[in-house]
Parts: sequence; C-alpha cells; structure tokens
Amino acid sequence: MGSFTESLRLAWDMATRWDPALWQVVGLSLQVSGSATLIGAAMGLMGGAWLAVARFPGQRAVVVALNTLLALPSVVVGLVVYLMLSRTGPLGAWGVLFTPTAMVLAQTVLVVPVVTALTRQLVADAAHGNGEQLRSMGARPIGVAGLLLVHERWALLTVLLTAFGRAVSEVGAVMIVGGNIAGVTRVMTTTIALETSKGDLPLALGLGIVLLSVVALINLGIALLQWLQRDQDAAADRRPGAATATGGVGS
Amino acid sequence: MSPTPGRPGEPVGATPLIRLQGAGVCFGARTVLQALDVEVHRGERVALLGSNGSGKTTLLRLLHGQVTHTGIRQVHTDAQGREPSQAMVFQRPFLLRLSVWWNLQVALWLAGVPRAQRPERARLALNRVGLGEHAQRPARVLSGGQQQRLALARAWAVRPQLLFLDEPTASLDPAAKRDVEGLIEEFAAEGMTVIMSTHNLGQAKRLATRVLYLESGQLVVDRPVTGFFNEALPEAAAQFLSGERA
Repeated sequence: MGSFTESLRLAWDMATRWDPALWQVVGLSLQVSGSATLIGAAMGLMGGAWLAVARFPGQRAVVVALNTLLALPSVVVGLVVYLMLSRTGPLGAWGVLFTPTAMVLAQTVLVVPVVTALTRQLVADAAHGNGEQLRSMGARPIGVAGLLLVHERWALLTVLLTAFGRAVSEVGAVMIVGGNIAGVTRVMTTTIALETSKGDLPLALGLGIVLLSVVALINLGIALLQWLQRDQDAAADRRPGAATATGGVGS
Repeated sequence: MSPTPGRPGEPVGATPLIRLQGAGVCFGARTVLQALDVEVHRGERVALLGSNGSGKTTLLRLLHGQVTHTGIRQVHTDAQGREPSQAMVFQRPFLLRLSVWWNLQVALWLAGVPRAQRPERARLALNRVGLGEHAQRPARVLSGGQQQRLALARAWAVRPQLLFLDEPTASLDPAAKRDVEGLIEEFAAEGMTVIMSTHNLGQAKRLATRVLYLESGQLVVDRPVTGFFNEALPEAAAQFLSGERA
C-alpha cells in the first residue's frame, strides 16, 4: 500500500514538474503508437469492411486466420520484424533497426489484425439487411464497404482506440526492434520494464499511472464525441418505424 | 402469362419491361418461390398480395434482380442496350448516419448521375416529398413517415422507370400512410411502373391496376384489380380477402 501511495505521489510529481525527459518519453510513445494506429487504420478499415461485404472462395478461412492473429504475441512480432530489418534480413538495406521507424513498423503489424477483424465484424453487422438496400441503389461491394464505414464512423473510433491501446501498451516488440535507447527509442513501456528490472517499483508504477492518464485523456475526448452522436441516434431509434441498423425484408 | 391492361386509358406497353419464365427461388434446401411466369408492362401498377411468408418480398426482389434464381428473368432493353432504370423502397429504409441532403447525394452518386446535376435533382426531390426544409437535418432523426418520404425522394430522384416498393406504409401512422400513398399515386401518374408488396387490401385497391396473389411461394391469382376484388377467387385467396388468413 505504501509503495502504491508513493507511486501516486511520484506520478503526480512527474506530471506537474514537467520533466522534459519524461515528456520526451511520453511524446515518443504517443508518436510511435499513434503513427502505427493511423497506418494500421488505413490498411485495416478498408480491408475489414471489404472482407465483410465481399464473397469469395476461402473467405471463412481468411476470417479464421485473421481472428487468430488477434492473439499475435508482441514478442514474436518483434522478433520477426527484427529478423526482417537486421543487416542480413530482406529489409536490412533500409537501415531502420533501433529507430522509431522500426518500432512503428512492428506496432503496425500488431494493430492491423485488430483493426481489420473488429472492422469486419462491425461492418458485417451493419450490412446485415442494409447491404441489400445499398446494392439495390447500385453500390458495388467496395462502395457498400465504404458507405458502411462512413455510417459506422463513430463506432469505428472505438476500434481505433482498441488498436491504439494494443500498440501503446505493448513492450515486447518495441524493446526488440527499438533497443530501448535513452533519448532515441525509449518509450513508456520500455522505461517501466527497465525501472522494474532495476528494482525501482514506485517509479515504474508512477510511470504506468502517467501513461494511463495520458491515454485516458485521449479516450475521454473520443468518448465525448461518441456520446454526443449516440444520444442523437438513440433518440432516433426510440421512435416506432425509425430506421435501424437491422431494417430489412419481410416475407 | 398474358399482359394485364391497366386502368382504361392508361398507356401500357406491348413489350414487357420484365419477364419471368419458370423463375423460382430457393434459400438452401428451402423453396421460397416456386417456378412462375410473370410479365410486367410499362405503366402498370402491380400489387403483390399474400399472407406472411407467401413469397411477396422474394418475388419483389426477384423482379428487381436482387436474388439468385432458377429459370429466366428477362429485362427489356432499349435501342442502346440499356436496361430500364430501377429503384426500390424498403419497408424500413436504411438511411446513412448523414444529413437528409447527403443521403440523397449518395443515392444520386450510386445511380451514376453526373455531379453537376446532383444538387438540383436533390433539391427537386426533397421539395417534391415536402422535406425541403429538412435538408440539413440528420436523416435518422426524422419521423418514420418522413424517413419513408425521404426514401421515396431518394428513389424518385434517380428517375426510375421501375419503382419497387416493399410494404412501404407498413409501420406508419394513418396520416403518414396517406402522405406516402399520395406520393406513390403521383409517381405512378408520371408514368413510373410501380410494383409493390402490401398487406393492405385497401391500399392495393386504391393504388394498383393489377394484383398478383401468392400462397406458399406459388402464384395463385394474377388479375386486374377489379377482377380480384369483384369476382370469384380460388379458396385460399378468397379466405385471405375475407380476413381468414393473416
């Protein structure tokens, strides 16, 4: 209990003292994980939406494989990306190992399955019944996918938050491909791991609290946006005969 | 099946716009619509009647080309080889979480209407259904009747030759029903060929020129509306008409 209280005090001190070294680490964490989430979103949103509305042989197998990748261990991803980027690896010529770019790459590999799988499920639910209406208006599968992404944009923010959470909280991949170099590739999670290994548990826990607080602030902003939108939708859905996500066909 | 004339004086084309020959629909092992022959001619107003699960909506989707089928579905093409333009309004229209205006713009974009023409078409369509003042409102906060009118505007804006309506007033209050029926009447009077499924016999009487009655996926009756309501019918259809079948 004592060390937890001490950690809280330390976290408060670090946050209010505006320690440049701490905020450099926080900034790099947000930059790396934010970039990975954005790149992952660009690939996963459209890929997941398309997978939800397209029909092709082997689709079920692809979905099963995709869902399996949700449990991808970050250490394994780190190792694979390390081997790809190392001097003897196929991407060794890029020379980005132990740089933030390598960390972004590793985290992107981690978040793409998250964004794709969750988007696929969300859009598949929205397409149930409604996809036919869009097709009857002349939309092709890619058009249906795009329109349902727009339709579900507020819910997709939760998907992006989940992906960001996956990226910012992982330590294994960034530790391996970044090397935890102070001032260059040291992020919150690798700092916490380092301080823990040094036995400074209050500092490690304090850093964890700072990390959580920063992420909580981002979540709060997005949750506020969603709440405003959902309030409007809920009002619409309460009315009899109002359009719903499952409006469909009769006999 | 021979073409059925509309009301006296109404133009009904000689060549069917859509012809089904031995067309049926199965969902897995279940036969939803048994092989049937139907022709729909230009200017007709066809009501599909039948109890729940009789196959009305499936026939509507088949005529619209939205469902995999057996047999033949032929659509009459013009001299340039173009099929007649079509639009469908569903019982519960799917409206995107966008404004009324953008829902119309998306419909026009999907229909291939050139960008320059879209604003004017959208404005005309909204005024036509009395939603001109609601253009900037989110579509999903409109009342049920307004949403159905928006769906009709979305269909009307693309100038369809064939308008399919799936129980368009099923979940509306009487005033909204009257509004929507009035619009359908006006659209049909402009020359659109209207095919609608409905449970509402009065609506079929008011709006249709021809009735197709289905029972368990089979086409049982195909008659002009006056013949359907005034002449002797097969037992199943007679029971439906007298309210003994829901």
